[in-house]
Amino acid sequence: MEQFYVFLQQLINGVSLGSIYALIALGYTMVYGIIKLINFAHGDIYMMGAFIAYFSVSYFHLGFLSALLVSMAACTILGVLIERIAYKPLRGATRIAALITAIGMSFFLEYVMVFFVGAQSRAFPNVLPALRIEFFGGKVFITGKELLIYGVTLFLVVLLQFIVRKTKTGKAMRAVAFDREAAMLMGINIDYTISATFALGSALAGAAGVLVGVYYSAVNPLMGMTPGLKAFVAAVLGGIGIIPGAALGGMLMGLIETFVIAYGQSTYRDAVAFAILILILLIKPSGILGSNVREKI
Amino acid sequence: MNMRKVLAALLVMTFVFGLLAGCGSSGSAGNAGGSAGGAAAGGAEETILLGVNFELSGGLAAYGQSKINGLKIALDEINAAGGVLGKKIVLKEYDNKGDNAEAVNISTRLMGEDKVVAMMGPVTSGRVMASVDVAKQFQIPMVTGTGTSAGITVNEDGSVNDFVYRICFIDPYQGTLAANYAADTLKVKNAAMLVNQSDDYSIYMAEAFKKTFEEKGGTILENSTFVEGDLDFKAALTKIKSSGAELIFCPNYYEPDALIAKQAQELGYDGYLLGGDGWDNLDHLIKTAGADALQKAFFINQYFPGDTTEKNQNFVKKYTELHKDAPPSFAALGYDLMYFVADAIERAGTTDPAEINKAMAGTTNFEGITGSFAMGENHDPIKSALVIGYTADGQYKVVEKVQ
Repeated sequence: MEQFYVFLQQLINGVSLGSIYALIALGYTMVYGIIKLINFAHGDIYMMGAFIAYFSVSYFHLGFLSALLVSMAACTILGVLIERIAYKPLRGATRIAALITAIGMSFFLEYVMVFFVGAQSRAFPNVLPALRIEFFGGKVFITGKELLIYGVTLFLVVLLQFIVRKTKTGKAMRAVAFDREAAMLMGINIDYTISATFALGSALAGAAGVLVGVYYSAVNPLMGMTPGLKAFVAAVLGGIGIIPGAALGGMLMGLIETFVIAYGQSTYRDAVAFAILILILLIKPSGILGSNVREKI
Repeated sequence: MNMRKVLAALLVMTFVFGLLAGCGSSGSAGNAGGSAGGAAAGGAEETILLGVNFELSGGLAAYGQSKINGLKIALDEINAAGGVLGKKIVLKEYDNKGDNAEAVNISTRLMGEDKVVAMMGPVTSGRVMASVDVAKQFQIPMVTGTGTSAGITVNEDGSVNDFVYRICFIDPYQGTLAANYAADTLKVKNAAMLVNQSDDYSIYMAEAFKKTFEEKGGTILENSTFVEGDLDFKAALTKIKSSGAELIFCPNYYEPDALIAKQAQELGYDGYLLGGDGWDNLDHLIKTAGADALQKAFFINQYFPGDTTEKNQNFVKKYTELHKDAPPSFAALGYDLMYFVADAIERAGTTDPAEINKAMAGTTNFEGITGSFAMGENHDPIKSALVIGYTADGQYKVVEKVQ
């Protein structure tokens, strides 16, 4: 029985980690779906989101919700600016040129932040009341922060699904992702649609950044590197370009990592996680939810 | 309304960031050119050129910054008192960003191109280990003030690295002390370890802890590892907690260990936490983990700012005036490092690197603010250490002093 409680606790840990990966992975997958660009700067937008929330809370004394909204808004603007300045001029260029620009953008954001705020971690102020809900006589418990992460992630994923499925902009996004030229001929404003995609993806990354800041109570300029990479992998795992796939991939990634540590050797955490990834991609090259269409390369 | 203002302010900030970033980088490039020119024009006659290869940015920046602050206080004192051998000391500083490859490049540049007579740094073990071969190749002494990994001075086959010295105690020594403290003072029988496997510093300390702790009849129930950049330790901590360990040995740097302390508390772990001198950033620990999470946390260190010697009080006063904060042990070791190198040059009576090397090896009674020491056969100093814990209001206190 004791083992079962530990299992439940680990499940709670895994879902929290997975939610964060899922939020970042959604942005990767949206951008890839629409312009076939792996936006490596995405993890750093997440970092910027965490910092904007950090400054809003520390210096402007905003509460959690206002900090979250400010952060998402600022990341939206940042994401659109990055797209306009760095990626748009390269839209006609080779894909590798855009990819290298994305990597450059990522380093630019990281080291501009190192320059201004220093590389040390900063402690994120506690903005949430300490809440702890216990089950089975305290053997298993869930904290307010964890509930918040689940709630915000679920809400944003549903909201995103709604925007993409039910609104006009969402329809335009799907059209552009399907065939950009045909969409253009149908009178869809490509520039606006791509900007909207970056805006949405960046807002999600900003939200993830705020959640991580609150959850781990630490922010630093290089915090986007590892989660960014893992979220990218999660997006591929779920089927890149597919929104529910990214959420599923992120969740799986978080759960696999947690359970490898819990029931295996923590040393092999990443090795096992990536071995599973390779296995899934061998069986289903387009990802778990991807349709098996051969891509011409 | 208020929200709109905040938004506008953030927007303006974003633009200013972009603009300043451009200016900032061109400015620092100009500085680098300037200092290089200055050193060349100075010539070898009037000054002694020493190299500094420190972690001044990146995740380890806090150590490098503290250390260079301490080092410069010593430098000013030495130069104000007439320098060494009648010559002023000039530093050639580079930032290795906490990166091993960068540290090697800088060591090569300092020794090969800039022709320094001795190099100080790097600050942390991984970077020092990477630079050892460069010092041996150019036959120029290199001293680290804070690189505590055993392999820096002594190779696996037992041979000592010529030209490589340190003035701090070694990781296995810290691990051994920590195990003694856990078994003898805290009376712990079952412990767990949570180790950063991407850093030699953590790995060596954990090995020594395990060896000593098991020799004393203790059991290591759980040995979890993580890698640089990890933020989530909850899975490992849940496992450790359910294993029934009474103590978690965390031989890492303060950033992950602050998160470990906090998450352990959130998971309801109520045993001890024990660390090494990588924890020496009290401010960060308290801010990130909170004083409550640190009530049963201790760490091994070699410096305490409250030490009452005149030398130390003079240093603490100067450091506090300049940096508005009590000096961390990295600053104190930076101060001692500068004096140690100056002392060796003085005793060598020349700026010939080979003679300075001999003088360093022959140090018998160096009086520093982190304790007096003689240089041992292994190029490790023979000195004392402290066990430090927190009081409820987040103040340092020395729990025990171990020779």
